[in-house]
Amino acid sequence: MAKENPQGNKFNVIGKASPRVDAIDKVTGRARYGADHSRTGQLYGAVLNSPYPHAIIKSINTERARALDGIRAVLTHADIPGAKSFGGIVPHQMVLCSGKVRYVGDAVAIVAAETPELADKAIELIEVEYSPCPVVSDPEQALSPSSPLVHEDGNLCAHHKVRKGDIETGFKNSDFVIEHEYTTQKVEHAYIEPEAVLAEPGENGGVTITGSVQNLYSIRRAVASVLNLPLNRVRVIQATLGGSFGGKDEAMSAICCRAALLALTTGRPVKMVNTREQSMRESYKRHPYKMRYKVGVSNDGILQAMEIKIIADAGAYAATSQFVTWRSVVQATGPYVVPHVKTDIYAAYTNNCYTGAMRGFGSPQICFAVESLMDELAAQLGLDPFEMRLRNTLKDGSITATGQKLTHRVTLDEALRNVTSAGGFKAKWLANREQDSASPIKKGIGISCSYRGVSLGAEGADAAGVGISLQTDGSAVVTCGLVDMGQGAATTISLVVAEELGLSSDKIVFLNADTTVMPDSGPTVASRTSFMAGNAARVGSTILKDRIAPVAADMLKCKASALVFCHDFISAGSSRITLAQLAAECFRRGISLSAHGWYKSPKTTWREEDGTGDAYFTFVYGANLAEVEVDIHTGRVIVTKFISCHDVGKVLNINGAKGQVYGGVAMGMGYALLEAYAEEDGQPKLGNFDEYLLPTICDMPQTEVIFLEGDDPLGPYGAKALGEPANEIAAPAIANAVANATGRRVRELPLTLERVLLGKNLIPGRERGSAMAKGAES
Amino acid sequence: MKVRFKLNGKFVMLDLPGVERLIDLLRERLDLVGTKEGCGKGECGACTVLLDGKPVCSCLMLASQIAGHEIVTIEGVAADNRYAHILNAFEETGAVQCGYCSPGMIVSAAALLARNRHPSDNEIKRALAGNLCRCTGYSKIIEAVSRAAERVAQERK
Repeated sequence: MAKENPQGNKFNVIGKASPRVDAIDKVTGRARYGADHSRTGQLYGAVLNSPYPHAIIKSINTERARALDGIRAVLTHADIPGAKSFGGIVPHQMVLCSGKVRYVGDAVAIVAAETPELADKAIELIEVEYSPCPVVSDPEQALSPSSPLVHEDGNLCAHHKVRKGDIETGFKNSDFVIEHEYTTQKVEHAYIEPEAVLAEPGENGGVTITGSVQNLYSIRRAVASVLNLPLNRVRVIQATLGGSFGGKDEAMSAICCRAALLALTTGRPVKMVNTREQSMRESYKRHPYKMRYKVGVSNDGILQAMEIKIIADAGAYAATSQFVTWRSVVQATGPYVVPHVKTDIYAAYTNNCYTGAMRGFGSPQICFAVESLMDELAAQLGLDPFEMRLRNTLKDGSITATGQKLTHRVTLDEALRNVTSAGGFKAKWLANREQDSASPIKKGIGISCSYRGVSLGAEGADAAGVGISLQTDGSAVVTCGLVDMGQGAATTISLVVAEELGLSSDKIVFLNADTTVMPDSGPTVASRTSFMAGNAARVGSTILKDRIAPVAADMLKCKASALVFCHDFISAGSSRITLAQLAAECFRRGISLSAHGWYKSPKTTWREEDGTGDAYFTFVYGANLAEVEVDIHTGRVIVTKFISCHDVGKVLNINGAKGQVYGGVAMGMGYALLEAYAEEDGQPKLGNFDEYLLPTICDMPQTEVIFLEGDDPLGPYGAKALGEPANEIAAPAIANAVANATGRRVRELPLTLERVLLGKNLIPGRERGSAMAKGAES
Repeated sequence: MKVRFKLNGKFVMLDLPGVERLIDLLRERLDLVGTKEGCGKGECGACTVLLDGKPVCSCLMLASQIAGHEIVTIEGVAADNRYAHILNAFEETGAVQCGYCSPGMIVSAAALLARNRHPSDNEIKRALAGNLCRCTGYSKIIEAVSRAAERVAQERK
């Protein structure tokens, strides 16, 4: 594979500030997102959700809805030809409920009508008789033997453990032990584009689905099994995605199954677009965690033991809970050497909105707990938080909690040093503790750090493909089985192909993913796309180049090894041809200009019995620093400055990389200060952005980004991962800064005004905001 | 009800039902799908269009309210050379990620730069405070708008 260009070891396009390949479509408004696709003669789909979080369905009467003019289908579970439910790990998520409903986002019936208004009207005419069941809303209580059952086989959704050393010995070796409980809240992905899909009956008796899909292949499996169709008759095409952050997987499987069912029943295209309220009600969220940490440390500040028990709320369905909690169990001790570890994590079914993948995937929760804890330990020992961490961080050759020896370069200390020296941490941290008591505004500074396994790890099959098709005019079409959901995959993959083939990136058109074009490349999750697809793009480019290089050598009358591919030319000494000339000549000679690159990840291992193994093939490291101002009269926290340092292995596109960090910090700031998806007895307490508060442009601090390039031997050009690390440690840095400012520790997220001011959250009234307005109407 | 208004520089005469939202008229009937819907209640700003040069949420307006007025959507902004600097700056700086908020952001920025040629960072923030973005953390958006303003200023010199 190409390592250098004629200028030496510098890259042509990799690492530069490249504009996104899809930016022009997006700034002009011509990019087509899920809801922007329409067909002549299309029908509009609508869903009847359950009003109860837990109830037996006694009867469903659709007669009045069917009798309405302009209604083309009213369907219930009885109309599903194949499997009634789906799910990648536990296939129990109901497309349309039959026996009982398990959360208020469950669907009972669907309608297809000539207009959206008629569809809504029909929904109102469907009569369902329910017999309400006791609601399970607390995950801890859900696990007690006396709890009502959400699923027949018990409320335990997942349990993972890690055992290292002997926990009792660890506590014996400790000079003191502290024990605290930390809790994190349920949050919504809040992609600005709500879920949207268009399902069309296909000529081959199948169905074509175009929509806001993050994981095409899992959605295709769900639709195929629900409709009883072979995989080749279900075509899923990704529309340009308006954000996902892990959120458009099972939520999209559900809506795609329903739309496809309506399309095949009516023989017409069916469009379904969620309102924000529907999206909030139905779509899964990030797991709230309750985490109990008991930690032993010796007088010199060295960690001796960690005993961790975590309870996660899985909500009504499993979705990816087993995998989310697995990542938590692997990383639960934070990026520290701990000789004796005992970790147990449980996920429990409840009648709350189900939870699943969201940027971080089980890490933002444990990062908040561990990083708060390290500051609390430092305070006990009279050390500053930086020093406390340095004494315990993972270093080259360290053994992780799961017994994995780190054989790559471990850059955690470097990341910590970078943020603390750029932010003047120690001096400010000390000064903030001696602030003038007259002023209500207190300054605070805080740090956090993490390590994170790259890609899926021992979760399962981990491979991806990229297709490259060179055209006879020297342009190229590139596509991939992984998607661009806004993170910039299209650009990154295009840049790799451009680098390898010596193409200008503006000669590449990147196509959105399509299940009929590329083989199953797994899900676009786990910050795996740059690594997996980047490597696949290199493989594919090399296959193609090896095929066309002999023709170029022939045309230039030189050895293939003397050829240089750069800036759309192929040169050998002083003579050169254009890539277009070469491509045209290859075509004339009958040589294929299309190649398919496939990359499979290196091996990982895992023993579920004791939680040991090489869980991930490599890790990334990062550190964050936050400065805040806290108004101690109101509890208001303003983040004034942020520094984020990440070892990404190698920056592939500096624009894209910085964007990931800025966005990750913003999302982490929302998690720290603003966001909470509130439910009471399984009923959502909010439904839109009037109450679910996201950071706005006015809330953002000045943010400094520092990249470390640790040059991983496995990654494309040494690149590793960034999307999730950029997000996972922002909240604890802010929480630690707030504690530095106020001298008081808040162990619950988000740090609302009340929590900061009073140390507890106030319980809001039953109906407020949009719910109250709705109540007033009726 | 027959209504006459100006849309992206051209006069249009349309028969409107009384209760159609402006966003639905634009997206569903006129195929101007560059205007996005994110929340349907004026919280996210993805549906921002210009009404007589001022940014408004098209999800909060009835189509019939635009009688006699001028509407410019992202398609109109993109086709108008006066705004080319804004589009270019969004592209170059990396202010676009998923892009769903971009049309609304750009329309709001266009309104700002039309009335304020040298906006400070704070003025940019105030002008875009009604446009939510979940991807970018806003940094590059501020950079894009101030870069566009600089270019416009340079050209006028």
